[in-house]
Parts: sequence; C-alpha cells; structure tokens
Amino acid sequence: MLLRHTPEKITDRNSLTINPAKTCQPIGAMYAALGIHGCLPHSHGSQGCCAYHRSTLTRHYKEPVMAATSAFTEGSAVFGGQANLIEAFQNIFKIYNPDIIAVHTTCLSETIGDDVGQIVRAAHDDGKIPTGKHVIHCNTPSYVGSHVTGFSNMVKGMVNYFAESSGRRNGRINIIPGWVEPSDMREIRRLVKEMGINPIIFPDTSGVLDAPQTGKHIFYPKGGTTVSDLKNTGDSRFTIALGEVASKAAGEALTAKCQVPCHTLDLPIGLEATDRFIDMISKLACVEVPGSINEERGQLVDVITDMQQYLYGKKVALFGDPDQLISLTEFLISIDMRPTHIVTGTPYKGFEERIRSITKDVVPDINIKNGQCADMFLLHQWIKNDPVDLLIGNTYGKYIARDEDIPLIRFGFPIMDRIGHTYFPSVGYKGALRLLEKILSAFMDRQDRDSKEESFELVM
Amino acid sequence: MDNVSSKNNNFNPTAVKDELLKIYPVKVLRKRSKSIVINDNEATPEIQANVRTIPGIISQRGCSYAGCKGVVLGPTRDIVNLTHGPIGCGFYSWLTRRNQTRPPTDSSENYMPYCFSTDMQENEIVFGGEKKLRMAIQEAYDLFHPKAIGIFSTCPVGLIGDDVHAVAREMSATLGINIFGFSCEGYKGVSQSAGHHIANNQLFKHVIGKNDQKHEGKFKINLLGEYNIGGDAFVIEELLKRCGITLVTTFSGNSTYDQFANSHMADLNAVMCHRSINYVADMIEKKFGIPWIKVNFIGAAATAKALRKIAAYFGDAELINRVEHVIADELEAVRLAQEDVRTRCAGKRAMLFVGGSRAHHYQELFKEIGMEVVAAGYEFGHRDDYEGRAVLPTIKVDADSRNIEELDVEADPLRYEPRRTVEQIETLTNSGMEFKDYDGLMNDMAEGSLVIDDISHSEMEQLIDIYKPSVFCAGIKEKYAVQKMGVPCKQLHSYDYGGPYAGFEGAINYYREIDRIVNSRVWALIKAPWQKYPELQACYTTA
Repeated sequence: MLLRHTPEKITDRNSLTINPAKTCQPIGAMYAALGIHGCLPHSHGSQGCCAYHRSTLTRHYKEPVMAATSAFTEGSAVFGGQANLIEAFQNIFKIYNPDIIAVHTTCLSETIGDDVGQIVRAAHDDGKIPTGKHVIHCNTPSYVGSHVTGFSNMVKGMVNYFAESSGRRNGRINIIPGWVEPSDMREIRRLVKEMGINPIIFPDTSGVLDAPQTGKHIFYPKGGTTVSDLKNTGDSRFTIALGEVASKAAGEALTAKCQVPCHTLDLPIGLEATDRFIDMISKLACVEVPGSINEERGQLVDVITDMQQYLYGKKVALFGDPDQLISLTEFLISIDMRPTHIVTGTPYKGFEERIRSITKDVVPDINIKNGQCADMFLLHQWIKNDPVDLLIGNTYGKYIARDEDIPLIRFGFPIMDRIGHTYFPSVGYKGALRLLEKILSAFMDRQDRDSKEESFELVM
Repeated sequence: MDNVSSKNNNFNPTAVKDELLKIYPVKVLRKRSKSIVINDNEATPEIQANVRTIPGIISQRGCSYAGCKGVVLGPTRDIVNLTHGPIGCGFYSWLTRRNQTRPPTDSSENYMPYCFSTDMQENEIVFGGEKKLRMAIQEAYDLFHPKAIGIFSTCPVGLIGDDVHAVAREMSATLGINIFGFSCEGYKGVSQSAGHHIANNQLFKHVIGKNDQKHEGKFKINLLGEYNIGGDAFVIEELLKRCGITLVTTFSGNSTYDQFANSHMADLNAVMCHRSINYVADMIEKKFGIPWIKVNFIGAAATAKALRKIAAYFGDAELINRVEHVIADELEAVRLAQEDVRTRCAGKRAMLFVGGSRAHHYQELFKEIGMEVVAAGYEFGHRDDYEGRAVLPTIKVDADSRNIEELDVEADPLRYEPRRTVEQIETLTNSGMEFKDYDGLMNDMAEGSLVIDDISHSEMEQLIDIYKPSVFCAGIKEKYAVQKMGVPCKQLHSYDYGGPYAGFEGAINYYREIDRIVNSRVWALIKAPWQKYPELQACYTTA
C-alpha cells in the first residue's frame, strides 16, 4: 500500500492539508501568460517559484516553458524587489526580446508589499521599456485562491492593460476559454469557426504549448493571442467567459472597461454544457447551428445510447478544478453515472451549491468538500468508506487508484505521466466522445481483466 | 560565427565564449564573463560560482527550500515533512524527485507519497501562522504518530517572523517526539545549495548522534550525498553487502530517521555528492572522529575505485580480497557492454549542465563509451566543486553565504573517538589515500573545454548551435527546448524516469541508455523529405 497511513476513520482537520487538490496562484498566471503571442512570463519573487512552475508546466505540457524571474535574495526580500524587477526588464528585452513581459507576483513579493503596477509605470516613465514593447502585471499572492485564481487574475490583467474601445464594434466575439488544454482552445476555435464566426480567444495556448518539432527552438512560437487582438477585445460584440472561477473576472472587467457584454457559461465539457455554449453563440450572434455540428452532437448521443448499459449507476470519485468539475459532474449525470465524492482545493463559494443542484436527483447524499483541507487525503478516506468504480483527476490520483484498485482517468492539471491531453480535446462534442471512450475503455478493460475464463467474452 | 568553429570541428573556445557573451548588456556581460572559463590543465583557472542569479536571466536554478526539503529530507521515509507556507511549495516538491524507498514491511512507516502543508492563507500572513502550524503538527501527530516531524519554512514564513524553531521545541515537549524546523526560505542563499547546508545543519543538531546502538559488522560506513534517484542507492547497498561492508546510514537515499540518529556509530564516511553534504562529513569528523573520503559510484571504473578505496581504508586482507572478487565478477559484463556501445557512440560529443556533482560524476560514464564531454557546469556548485577542495581557503565569503548558519562544532566529550590514529592516517595518505579531499570538475575535463557556472538559457542554446552535441544533459526545464533544436536531452536530475545508473549494473544501463538516445532514428526524421531539398524541381503535367 502506497498510502498505507490513510485511515478509514475520518477525523476533522482544520490546519493540516494532506495531499492537496490545488496548487498556488503564480503557476496559473504563468500558464495564462504563455497564451499571449510573443510573451515572456515573469515571476516576481525568488527564483525557486519560477523553477517549480516551469518544471510543473513542462512536465504537464512536455514543451519548453520559458519564463524569467526577479531572483530575489535575502537583500531584496528586506529592501524590496524594485531594483531586481527593473534590472530584469532591461536584461529580458535585450537578451530574450519578447513583445510583452507578463509579470505576476509571488507570496514573497506580496508579503513585502512590492507595488508592481507602480514599478511598471516608473519603468515606462524612465524609458526602461523599449518603444513598442509592453509590460503587464497581475497580483497573485500564493496564500489566496489557487492556480485557477492565478490564471483568472492574469487574464484580467490582459483586459486591464490591453482592451481598448474605439467606439466602433468590430463584429467579432471574445471567448475566454478558462484553464483548459491547448487542444481544447483549438477545439473551441474550430467549433466557433464552424458556425461562421472568427472569435478572439484569449488566452490561447494552442500553437504555443503543442508546437511542432522542427529542429529549431522557436522562443515565441506562432500561437498565442496577439496584442492587436487583445486590444480589439474592447470592440467585440460580446464575450463568452467559460468557467465562473477562471474566466468571469476578466469578462466582467471588459464589460466595465469597454462595455462589452459578458455571458458566463460553464466550460463546454460534456453534452449539455456544449449544447448551452453552441446555443448561446447561435442566439447572440444570430447564426444557425450548422449541420456539421448537429452531426457531431448526434454521433455523441448515439454512442451514449449504444453504450448506456456499461455506464448506468457506476460510481465515480472526482477531484480537480471547480470549473472542470462542475461540467464533468453534469456530464456524468447525463450518462447515468453517479458522482459520489468530489473535492476541490480551489476556494469557490458557489461550488457546493452547483454540484448539489446537478446531482440532487441522483446522488442526494453526495460528499463534497471545497476550500481549506479539501484534499485528496479526505477523498481517499471517503472512497475507503464508500468505494467507487472510477476515479477521475490528475496524475496524483494514481496512488489512490493503485491502492484501492480503481481505474483512473487522468483529467485536469497536472498530468505528468501520460500524453494526449495537450493534443486531444475534452471540450465540445468531440471532447465528450473522447471522455466517453476513455470511461468505457476503463470499464471494459476492467471487465476483461477481472472476468473468469468461462465468461471472458470476445464481443462486448 | 566562422571563427567559432572550423569545418573539422576544432572549436576555438575563446571565440565561443565571446559569442555566448555578446548578446548581454554590459553589466551582465562583465558578470557572466567570470562564470565562463576555458579549461586549462596546467593552471586551473578561477571560476566565479555560487553568486547571485541575475534578475531576468533564465537560469536552471531552484531555491533553498527545494534543496532542503526536496533534496536532502525528501528521501527519508519515516519523517513527516511538513511544509509551513502557502500550498505551492509543498505541492511542487511532492514526489517529483523520484524518491524511491524500500520499507522493510508492508506496514512500516513511509510518508513519502504524502504531501503535508499548512496551506497558509492571507489571514495567517497578516496575523502570523504559528497557531496554525502548532495545530497542524497536532493533527499530523494524532493521525500518524510519527517518530519525527520536520518543518520547512517557505518565503513568507521568514518575512512575517513565524518562529518555527520555537514551535518545534514546544510541540516536541508536548508530544514527546523529535520535532525540528528548517529556516530554508526560498530567498536564502543563491541556489538550492543553501538549502542543502541548512538541512545538514539541522540534521546534525537535532538527529545525528541520538542513537548509540552498536552494529555487528566489522567494516561500517555511511554513504553521504547519495539520494537514490532511479534506485541508485539500492544498487550500491547490494554491492556493499556483497563486499561485506556494513552500511549504517545513507544520507539520504532510502533512509530512515533512526539511521541518521545512529550514523555516528560508523567508522568511515564515504561522500558521493561533495557539494550537498561535505558539511555533514566535516562536522561528524570533528564531533565523533570519523574520517571522510570522497567516492563515486557513477561509472564502472569509479565504482571499482571507490570499493577499493573503502577496502584500503580498513586495510583488512579478507575485505580487500572480497572486494576484488566482486569487481572481477562484474567487470566482464561491463567490458562487453562498453565494447558493444562504443562501436556506435565513440567520438560523439556530450554536454552536461546539471546539479552540483552529477556534471562531474557522469563524465566518467561518457568516457567509458568513448564520448567526449566538450562543455559542462553546475547549477548550484561552488568554486571548490570546479577547482578542487584546495581552493577552500581562498573562497571569499559573501553576504548571501554569510546568512547561512555555520555550526561551531567541537569534539563530543564522551563519544569522540578517532577511528584511525594520526600515524595510521599518515600511512594511508602516503599510500595514496586522500582524506577530506575532492578534485574539482576541471581536473577531469579536457584542455580547452568550456566550464560554465549557472548556465543561462541563451548560453545553452548558443552552445548547442555551435557544438551540435549528440546529447545534452540537463533537467526537465531545459529538456524540451534542447530537443526542439534536434538534440536529445538526457535528464540527470530525474534520469528521465530511468536508472539505476550507479554501480556496475547502473553503468551498463547508462551506456545502453545513451546508445539508444544518440542513435534513435527519430532525430533523422525531423525534416520531411520535401524539406531536405528546398529547390523545387520542375514538374510537367499533361493537363
């Protein structure tokens, strides 16, 4: 047993988190910043944060993750990091020549109270930022929120710094995709284009974190939202913010700044959430849903009807990020499965209420925990008391999966021991089909593995 | 770039150095210039190392917390390692260093798959986190009843002034178990190296020497600076056992609290990673009288040398004989593997930019298959790691190093017991045994090779562009950028989830791994057929 010290008996914990189902804000800000074309994320704090975030993102995306750091030492921690940051700007523009530097803070620079906005303004005034280049920032103290909040803050930072309204609408629509994979951002673009609309998706890590092998390391790959598109977001007809936690804040900031109306939807994971996404675009943009999308939807529904016997009543434990878990739970319910235990370390007040409203008819006694001490240790204890057929979550779930002999479907962040997540979407109807395939394969592999020889069947 | 290399690949290192530096602003150029040196075997040049990372430069380095919690304490299975801080630090150091361990039974303590954190919130940053820390320790104790708890401070903890040591003392008194803190805030020092030092100091103060249990074995050693990545420690443990050498403690691969507590009962300290742990070796010698020697179990020849060195120290004919038998047993398979792999690897070039000793140790393995290391450097080395321990007295102690506590160690009034007399040490020294010594990296590198401390991303890319090495050894952050350049990258922190590479068995694994990497077909497939011949050929259609 790998997690041999996890007791079945559940005791209250208020201070000790064990095996967290979240990580800290700055890594989310770094990921979001990578979704701007020509951008070098910059971590304002000690160099270890930047190293840890780059390592974790690299392990997940299996791609170069470039980012710089203010490299605080004890002196900077005492006297403030302004000198380090200004020095960093000069070095970065000279050596790595980005179009934009996206600065996020860390618990260190937040605790000493560095005012990054003021430092950036001063750098501008002193001519430390070359003409035509940009520096944006956001505050991401690690002791607030989680990696998802950090993502949200950086996207909001993009709006704060770039969005402009020229007074003329450009006919485009904005989509804030939330913390999803490059493959998902690509799929969202494909779906929207299929409806005849050219969206501004921001951030957009497709083309950045799934770049091709060419024999050349392109420091700023061709993907990412361009600065001109980020400016244009202020002239778009409307914004669709996908995910309350990851995207709503930026959408609302854009409404406040440029009066672009914002509609917050769930991440289009699963059948119904994708339906709402397509339906809303169709209505707001006054476009008909094309036959090709109806066909994709029909294929998904067809597989669900065909395979329903394998799904019905199966119990699932889930952990991950709130936006993803909400849509995923709804999908599981829609295919007649029973989400039984759910944790997310990311604090989000509406989480429990949403999950309960989705599951109330099927799993009225569902276990949900969110925020402080909502961790995988507790999830494991719940599973010990009430076993499940399937576990869905990031790579760290593999320890529980092995100990309890439950199939694990890797979903969320980080996934460090498999590939595919960055290339194959899990949003939209195609994404739902892929999730379904994974779930079914997990159950059928299990059935094959566990069956007696006499009942080992060729056809299933 | 014509003067940098000629067609027959004779590189001009001075020109390469200038090329690496020319992109930098003047101030950076001046600083980096001192950290890039051209090896001279006649007169070892002075290198600038263990100095601050330049803000804005993309570096390989991590922080003090990573060195303390991740590297040194990480591989110890029965200490509850509690990170005091916001969630991130604990999360990132959770299982990511491949700390393998072998608990003796299915129910033995093993907390390695667990991540413990106080997950500090804004409230604790404002009002202090000691209360939460105290409660977290209590909750950990109630759940697990461990024999020891280590508390690791993250950046904000130092700033808000939480006294983790006082909390540790208080909770230790309340709970009756050993609880100790580490002031390893990320901003301390200039790299992971500060964290190693802090970890060693606290282990020395709070654990080493707590258990006086005697061991049966005749030849008792500790292995220091071996962290059991990819199962290296398992191989070495087995090898020592076959030789009849008793391993009291490993710092800290596959280790336990009790072994640390008992380590002063050994008769020799054998040091692998000099950088991370020379402090402990020195302190144990001063307090308990155990001499230390440098060994290296990376590379077949190095392994044989290390075993012979240990045997020579004990000077026992039977032991020496047994060691020779074990070596002879192993070397035939090693020779066959070397001969085979050499046919495909000899003459190829490697670069190593990693760690604080691996960039040195792994050169042995490349040499054994006929590969040339053209450039190397450490991520968190000090000058002595490059130039040898003889330069210690000339190293200037700067403010960043001065912030790391130096323990004042004295001989233990009761337990100090020199394991060898002055005469014995002298005899051994005269016969070639080097005590408390370590040759630097430069000593083992070719004339004119480039030695670079804390290499930056831009220097790395240019080096690869110029030398076009067959393999580049680094870590996960560098891996995919290197590979995008069409050059395979071998991770020498995590071993790319391979290994073991220590000992004879490990050496063979490594030869084969490098053979696979440098000869993989995929590198020749990067260009599509139509991209290889850019000039379009005329085509005629009948339409």
